[in-house]
Amino acid sequence: MVGGEFRKTLAVIVVAFVAMLIGPSLIDSYTLTVLIIYGMLALSLGLIWGYGGILCFGQAVFFGLGAYSYAIAATNIGESTVPFLLGIAIPFAFAFLLGAMMFYGRLSDVYLGVITLVVTLIFYKFVNSTAGPEYVIGNARLGGFNGIPGFQTLNVPGDPGAYIYDIDFYYFCGVALLVVYALVRWLLASPFGRVAVAIRENEQRVELMGYDVRFRKTVLFAVGGAIAGLSGTLFASWAEIVTPGMFSLAQSAEIIIWCIVGGLGTLVGPVVGAMALAYLKFLLGQQSLVDTTLVFGLILVLSVLFLPRGVVPTLGLLGRKRRGGGSSRRRAGRGRSGRGRRAMQEDAAKEGADV
Amino acid sequence: MSSVLETRGLTMRFGGVTAVDTVDFNLQRKELRCLIGPNGAGKSTFFKCLTGQLKPSDGQVFIDGAETTGWDPHQVARLGVGIKTQVPSVMDGLSVRENIWLAANRTHGREQARHRAADAIERLDLGTIANSEVGRLSHGERQRVELGIVIAGEPWLILLDEPAAGMTAEEVDRMADIIVDLNREAAIIIVEHDMQFIRSIARKVTVFSQGRILMEDDVDAVMQDQQVRDVYLGKKA
Repeated sequence: MVGGEFRKTLAVIVVAFVAMLIGPSLIDSYTLTVLIIYGMLALSLGLIWGYGGILCFGQAVFFGLGAYSYAIAATNIGESTVPFLLGIAIPFAFAFLLGAMMFYGRLSDVYLGVITLVVTLIFYKFVNSTAGPEYVIGNARLGGFNGIPGFQTLNVPGDPGAYIYDIDFYYFCGVALLVVYALVRWLLASPFGRVAVAIRENEQRVELMGYDVRFRKTVLFAVGGAIAGLSGTLFASWAEIVTPGMFSLAQSAEIIIWCIVGGLGTLVGPVVGAMALAYLKFLLGQQSLVDTTLVFGLILVLSVLFLPRGVVPTLGLLGRKRRGGGSSRRRAGRGRSGRGRRAMQEDAAKEGADV
Repeated sequence: MSSVLETRGLTMRFGGVTAVDTVDFNLQRKELRCLIGPNGAGKSTFFKCLTGQLKPSDGQVFIDGAETTGWDPHQVARLGVGIKTQVPSVMDGLSVRENIWLAANRTHGREQARHRAADAIERLDLGTIANSEVGRLSHGERQRVELGIVIAGEPWLILLDEPAAGMTAEEVDRMADIIVDLNREAAIIIVEHDMQFIRSIARKVTVFSQGRILMEDDVDAVMQDQQVRDVYLGKKA
């Protein structure tokens, strides 16, 4: 079983690697890079929501925090290695603290959603209001709604003159995503990951087994924060500016939509969802006939109605049916109402392509 | 002297209702004890105070000499206490094997846990459904899976809340055999309604009524007692 999992992971990585090589001949690499970055951002929520059962409405906080940490550190230091690491470490630490507060406080899922939402708002409002000259960290002015421009972008470690940009940066992001994917797969296959999934399935039981559920959820949440932070760091280097918009509710909502449409309970689903929808948004942004937000709302509604498991798990299911191996037996006692999304995740997790 | 579980003046109030009222309870090593009583007598609340799922309003709980009042369930479990809840608490989306493996993995490495899980599966005769998803199993099977989870943790004290509820006669018999077998290594407390089941396994019975212990004696003596009949058995007949 573990061997099969490993082979599947390897297959995904190989396919993704080939796609990464072909990609630039179809879409320009500058756009592709940001799609990959968004894919990684979606992966972070796909991990904690789809596998940990933690619905975070504020994943954008860690994305923005990663970007700002990088931008501020890079302005001060002038070489990108330490800022790059800080862009991961600071969101990790912040997610750890926030998670510890929520999980040790035994907040229910609803309040968890509310708190993460409010934290997003606080960051958005605060960073927007830092336009004055008194908001300075070292040499870096926070710049309020104007954001922070002109920091050192990613360079070859140790050589600030050797920028990693354009197609090199594209490959860097692509490989980073593959490495993160492989690490997350490894994490999920480890006892830690298996307990995390068990917590999603039945928190009480895992606790009665003697596992410290609060601590484990906190760690998983922090790992999600670190991945979102990494994607924010890469985004900063890509955009060459960071703005408060990264903390916005719209950004947070979009991440959730990517995950729902792509498919919860898988890792590839959110990544594919993010890339497809972000590209669609890019295309829609070039015209003014239809409103982008409207289209996104429509896609979300249609997807929830007709593909409740998300695109990728549904495709996986279809593929299995065609091969004749799959069974779509419904589970006994399924009639209980109010399971909604959770049931979907569970289904996706076990039936859908576990990729 | 060799008391493994003790409560002193244990009290649990919910608003104006006192569900458990100054209960002094004592369990000896390797003892098998049944808790009975009519609905609302406070059995399950008492049970939840022992496992840490509820924090008692007053009084103390001691497990193996250590005071555990107000501990979290995972801390209680770590002492070596296996807990089975009233409604089967299992991980529906995972296989039987994974469910049981997870329990064994807390104290054992990956491989060792696999062996422990295999042992528990064999012991409970779950072999044919070991790779099935728990959510698709019947109620009786799920009860057994939960018991497997409890066993895999190798507890020396086992708390079972209605282990025979909703099972067929055949399943109940099998459950009784398993419990007697488990009792060779562990002290067990069982909250149960099924009198037939209790007769087949119990020696000593504690009767709860309105949050208090009404009486505590051998199973036969309890069955004969008029007061017990009035509050509990009488209603049933």
